[in-house]
Amino acid sequence: MGSIFNLQQIINGIQIGSIYALISIGYTLVYGIIQLINFAHGDFYMVGAYAAYFAVMFSAARKEHPNVLIVLLISMTAGAIVAFLSNRIAYRPLRYKPRLSALITAIGVSMFLEYTSSAIPAIGPSYRAFPQSALIPEHTYKIGHAILSNYQIVNVSVAVVLMVVLTYIVQYTRIGMAMRASAQDKDAARLMGIDIEYIIDFTFIIGGALAGAAGLLTGITYPRINPYMGIIPGLKAFIAAVLGGIGSVPGAMLGSYILGFSEVFGMAINSILGEGIAYAILILVLIFLPQGLLGKKTGEKV
Amino acid sequence: MKGKETVQNKKIPLFKKRDFQLLVGTVIFWAIFYTLTKFGMMNLYWMHIINVSLIYVILTTSLNLINGFSGQFSIGHMGFAAVGAYTSATLTTIVWNLPSHGVGPFSLFILSVILGGIAAAFIGFLIGLPTLRLRGDYLAIVTLAFGEIIRVTINSIKFVGGPRGIPGIPRFSSFTVIVIFTFLSVIVLRNIIYSSIGRALLSIREDEVASELVGVHTTYYKVLGFTVGAFFAGIGGALLAHLIQYINPLQFGFMATIYVLIMVYIGGVGSLSGSIVAAIGITFLSEGLRLGLDKLDQVTPFHVGPEWRMVIFSVLLVATMLYKTNGLMGDMEFKVLIPEEEDENAKHGA
Amino acid sequence: MQNTVLKIDHVTHYFGGLRAVSDFNMELPEGAIWGLIGPNGAGKTTIFNLITGVYIPTKGKIYFRQERKGEFYMEDITRYKPHTIVSKGIARTFQNLRIFPNLTVLDNIRIAEHFRVKYSLYDAVMRNKKFKEEEEKIKEEAMNLLKLFNLHSRTYTLAKGLPYGELRRLEIARALATHPKLLLLDEPAAGMNPKETQELMDMILWIRKEFNLTIFLIEHHMKFVMGICEHIKVMDFGETIAEGTPQEVSNNPRVIEAYLGRKKYA
Repeated sequence: MGSIFNLQQIINGIQIGSIYALISIGYTLVYGIIQLINFAHGDFYMVGAYAAYFAVMFSAARKEHPNVLIVLLISMTAGAIVAFLSNRIAYRPLRYKPRLSALITAIGVSMFLEYTSSAIPAIGPSYRAFPQSALIPEHTYKIGHAILSNYQIVNVSVAVVLMVVLTYIVQYTRIGMAMRASAQDKDAARLMGIDIEYIIDFTFIIGGALAGAAGLLTGITYPRINPYMGIIPGLKAFIAAVLGGIGSVPGAMLGSYILGFSEVFGMAINSILGEGIAYAILILVLIFLPQGLLGKKTGEKV
Repeated sequence: MKGKETVQNKKIPLFKKRDFQLLVGTVIFWAIFYTLTKFGMMNLYWMHIINVSLIYVILTTSLNLINGFSGQFSIGHMGFAAVGAYTSATLTTIVWNLPSHGVGPFSLFILSVILGGIAAAFIGFLIGLPTLRLRGDYLAIVTLAFGEIIRVTINSIKFVGGPRGIPGIPRFSSFTVIVIFTFLSVIVLRNIIYSSIGRALLSIREDEVASELVGVHTTYYKVLGFTVGAFFAGIGGALLAHLIQYINPLQFGFMATIYVLIMVYIGGVGSLSGSIVAAIGITFLSEGLRLGLDKLDQVTPFHVGPEWRMVIFSVLLVATMLYKTNGLMGDMEFKVLIPEEEDENAKHGA
Repeated sequence: MQNTVLKIDHVTHYFGGLRAVSDFNMELPEGAIWGLIGPNGAGKTTIFNLITGVYIPTKGKIYFRQERKGEFYMEDITRYKPHTIVSKGIARTFQNLRIFPNLTVLDNIRIAEHFRVKYSLYDAVMRNKKFKEEEEKIKEEAMNLLKLFNLHSRTYTLAKGLPYGELRRLEIARALATHPKLLLLDEPAAGMNPKETQELMDMILWIRKEFNLTIFLIEHHMKFVMGICEHIKVMDFGETIAEGTPQEVSNNPRVIEAYLGRKKYA
């Protein structure tokens, strides 16, 4: 077993978990307020990756050295804008229609983002190499038998900083309080004078920004991007959110790291297990623990 | 008593009976295209598209039974089609190694299609049993996960070619075979819908708690509906395998299911007629767009990729949801698809 | 001596840590009309949900009278699924109407007859003689029921298109289509004016006779409850605080306190 549970796997698990966490927070926030599984959320992450790609290429073309923070900001802004627009154009008009129509719409939005990206010649359907070394030159460190790269350090530390900021916003600011109130009871929140639509916009913007950041971080660590790159991580991040208890931000983070570790260890045992373990976890959780690890139990009123 | 004079007791001339009209219509449809092909007046490429569109009729109507009529939300439908396709293609191509002609091989092929349906139904039953107590969007994600698991599993089975799939499948799915299967599928689904079983499914869609509290064993019926839907998906998959003669796991992925889902929701949630129209319409639209985009790519100086086709479908899907939430036909049916006894009780389309 | 149809034996129910019903006991005699009253949140609907199997009581048992080959016995139905309990002979209506809105009036009734239909999936697919005969039978029965409730002109109307009063009637007709021995009515007079309420009272007395029913109902409308029920149980905070004839209950100081102490009810 020593070969499976070694330091290298732990490093990889933390790193994958961090990416999942950034994506799954957006899922969980949106689900918490409007009970929508936003299938397009994984595509916000893809948009973030491409925004970073173009930002880096642009500065490289001008023979400038791109500033990491500015690129991060561009990724987050791109993710936020796409999330905001999706909500305004596609989801908002369906707010009082059956929940499933919004879900189908989300599938439509997801397809739209993926295929439009691949149809636009500047992006195209095939893989592109992300210019990671133009952004940050790579360094690797050896710890025993394990190899740690500075990309992984950047990846995890940016993710952790963003999660701390997010937790602060949700827990200690006025708008965070309004978000939590809306998630508990939309009608009561409205009666308290909270502008629900404004809160929903804000939620999408935050979720989109975090997903955009995850896009950049993925681009740095796995330097291959394409328009469909969001599908699988998006699905996995959703599974992480369900595992943690959908609607709960700490749950999404916990679920993401558990999922990250499970996948890395599963992959070390056998590749089918690595690929399938997320789905197996999802099914087991939904059947035996539908409220997730940190979620609240809900029953239907008769 | 007035209730006695229902339609069955009245003498209706045979040619006015709807089942008869439906059968005659189908035969005429078949005869026209069969003759055209026989005399080489029909483009084989378009004939192929007609065949594909009819198989999509089976896939779409069966998904509509689950999503539209019983109000569950499955997005793993092509996973069941994969089970059907792989079961039958493995039998005909790998196990029996059938030649593509002869009465014996042909009967074995029919058997393999039915076994494909049964295998899919069995998997559907296994999946439905534990998961159908989940509601709405959670069910969606679980069916999606199961669809992926089916795909990953097939990918890892060397006997059926793993990711490379099964090539060289004999071409048994002729136009005639497909027409017969499509006709039977639609009739069976219609008969289920217009029965006590169908009403039980509808009541679950309307209000599951109330349904249980007027005596409907909701779990049983949800699993039944799901299993029947999976059965026909399996049939559709099996026919598809013997039409395109090559299958691999990627053909049955998430996007393939979405394609069928688009047909269901654009056609009409809870309308067999809508599913039939949408399956045929969208298959042709899709081919038309592909040709159109190719042309456009040639005549314009810039590159026009085939991806625009899916962009158009995604816009269509979102627009349908925004402006006509229940699809183009809603839950309306063509009159010919409604049994006479249920006539007044059902809604008609145009 | 009168037979007991429904026996509720020391039933207690918790939601999380909250006690919604505590030590509820009842022996409902055959053919009776009993009422259950109490302020909002007293746990009345929870009692209905416990009887019909929507919830399983944390503690206690529920028995229902059954007949097998001419012999009567009390069957423990505590852990049965709702649809099984319906088939044993308990039907109910809901506080907030739960009709199937996009189905016709006829289908609403036929769904309630569903579990008595004796054809299989095979018969339905083949649309054979057995299927047609059974369908004919349940349709006829449904039409008769609709006629009794003066809804036959609405047979093919979608339920969502019906006015409120007709929906109330449809819900009762639907409950009766399951051939119950015991009918539970959850606030049947809600939203009705005095004239409609009077008509409803007459109707309930009439269906008891016509269908040989035992009736147990929840109602806020005091005149209604006092006018129709032979025996009333009063709940507050999950506890039974009083019971007896309408006279006894209305003079009980704890009942007066429970009602007037906080809020006044019409």
